[in-house]
Amino acid sequence: MTTTVEAGPLEVTALRKEFPLLQQESHGKRLVYLDSASSSQRPRAVLDAMDHYYETTHANVHRGVYAIAEEATRQFEMARKATGRFINAPRPDVEIVFTKNATEALNLVAHSYGRHLLPKGKAILLTELEHHANIVPWLMLAAERGVELRYIPVGEDYRLDLSDLDRLVDGVGLVGISSMSNVLGTINDLAPVLEAAHAAGAVVVVDASQLVPHRSVDVRALGVDFLAFTGHKMLGPTGIGVLWGREDLLDAMPPFLGGGEMIRDVRLDGFTPNDLPWKFEAGTPPIAEAIGLHAAIGFLESVGMDRVAAHETQLTSRAIELLTERHGDDLKIFGPTSDPARRGGVLSFGFRDLHAHDLAQVLDAEGICVRAGHHCAKPLMRRLGVTATARASFYLYNGEDDIEALSDALDVAAAFFG
Amino acid sequence: MAGLEDLYREIILDHYRSPRNRGELPVPPAHRVEGFNPLCGDEVVVYLEVDDDTLTDLRIAGQGCSISQSSASMMSATVKGRPVEEARKLIRSFKAMMSIHEHSLGGEEGAEDADAQSEAETIKPEDLGELAALQGVVKFPVRIKCATLSWNALAQGLDEIAAGVPPAD
Repeated sequence: MTTTVEAGPLEVTALRKEFPLLQQESHGKRLVYLDSASSSQRPRAVLDAMDHYYETTHANVHRGVYAIAEEATRQFEMARKATGRFINAPRPDVEIVFTKNATEALNLVAHSYGRHLLPKGKAILLTELEHHANIVPWLMLAAERGVELRYIPVGEDYRLDLSDLDRLVDGVGLVGISSMSNVLGTINDLAPVLEAAHAAGAVVVVDASQLVPHRSVDVRALGVDFLAFTGHKMLGPTGIGVLWGREDLLDAMPPFLGGGEMIRDVRLDGFTPNDLPWKFEAGTPPIAEAIGLHAAIGFLESVGMDRVAAHETQLTSRAIELLTERHGDDLKIFGPTSDPARRGGVLSFGFRDLHAHDLAQVLDAEGICVRAGHHCAKPLMRRLGVTATARASFYLYNGEDDIEALSDALDVAAAFFG
Repeated sequence: MAGLEDLYREIILDHYRSPRNRGELPVPPAHRVEGFNPLCGDEVVVYLEVDDDTLTDLRIAGQGCSISQSSASMMSATVKGRPVEEARKLIRSFKAMMSIHEHSLGGEEGAEDADAQSEAETIKPEDLGELAALQGVVKFPVRIKCATLSWNALAQGLDEIAAGVPPAD
């Protein structure tokens, strides 16, 4: 990849060559990967960056005084700064906390902020379309502390129904909301929620796992208080997640996990926590993973997030159009089909009366990888009245040929099950 | 590489399209057990009635994929009317047939089945009648849980009845 930002539409065929996994076949067919909302693939540049780190300068960070340890520390902290800059964090060096994944980032907020700084008697407001990662930590807190949980409902148009927001937000101390649904593809309009939440004196935790990989995200412009996302959905490795938080909030919060790195001093009768962000990074952190994430961010920046977004919007529109045209009433899409700029490249669907697992099994035989199941969003599935859906999700390496392959495979499934 | 026809045998699709013993039974006297597959959200509800150590009636409710639904349907057709001990033997035999891959995956069920196999005699897959059609599922390890869902629920129900757990609804 060149490091200069190119212009115009993405050259998918050329881009795909950068991804070793996408070069292989599955069941003798071209591998068509349509499950990036679950986990993306990674380009050679990310794999090389991690290999290079391990081959040349691996040592533990923030401990050794020898050259390779200093270099490891430098590269790890550079990754933190790059991650912060990617979401326009005011102070990347103190506000970016590396975690295991987005789930751990959200648990960190629930444990540390939720248990210690959420004012007594205040409720928590979530939405019906949250991933389990942004429900269960709060359910655990509710069970432990008797905190009231409320939910913003999902309307018939598959978007959040904000008509009752003023009542819902009254008496709330924290709002947890996804910026984009991993099932419906809906990109939530955060502005009215933020405005109402802040007017009520609540902090807002945003699960941006689905949005950060696909759209330019600016925490300053958004005005959120916490933002969580994960490396493996944005071309990076597994095992690294990110929590961004407002410095004053992170500063006031007690540590989450205890151990090495997160302390300044330990006595037999107590400890003093370390400075931000290390206060929240107990134990040896995911060093190579942070370096891989840095490379992934570099890759995305060299392509240009605006081009990624434009490509996916165009591809999603085309997918809705082509699938609807070719499969008509056999296909039911769960998610908004109009206003493509306000939805991401995640398409959940039902096909005839086939169970999603049976459908995905036939698609697999055709070389096509889609997700089938409840997508870790069971409350939303209940709301939709289904136990499972099939889900195709797109990224920068997907093209119209993938949509056509999916459509052809749906015909195969229809013929197979008769 | 296993083909789709290994998984979706004609008899399986037949049970999926025309499930046997579909419905509910009044609780009590029937006993109701739910089985969930956390992977796909499938849910099977087994209603069973035991009288004089015989599984006198059985109904299947819930929803799921063709494998979980047809397995439940075949199970109901096979065990209904049989003595409880025979039903237990069928459960052990079916789970032994399904455990081949669970052993290699290190699943808990595999370990349980190993015990069960050494403790009690099981029926060979070729003597399981149409249930043997589900043998192809072991080539698709992710789908084994679908096939065993209703059988685990049935085993749980028989255990609960034996332990005198009151019927719940």
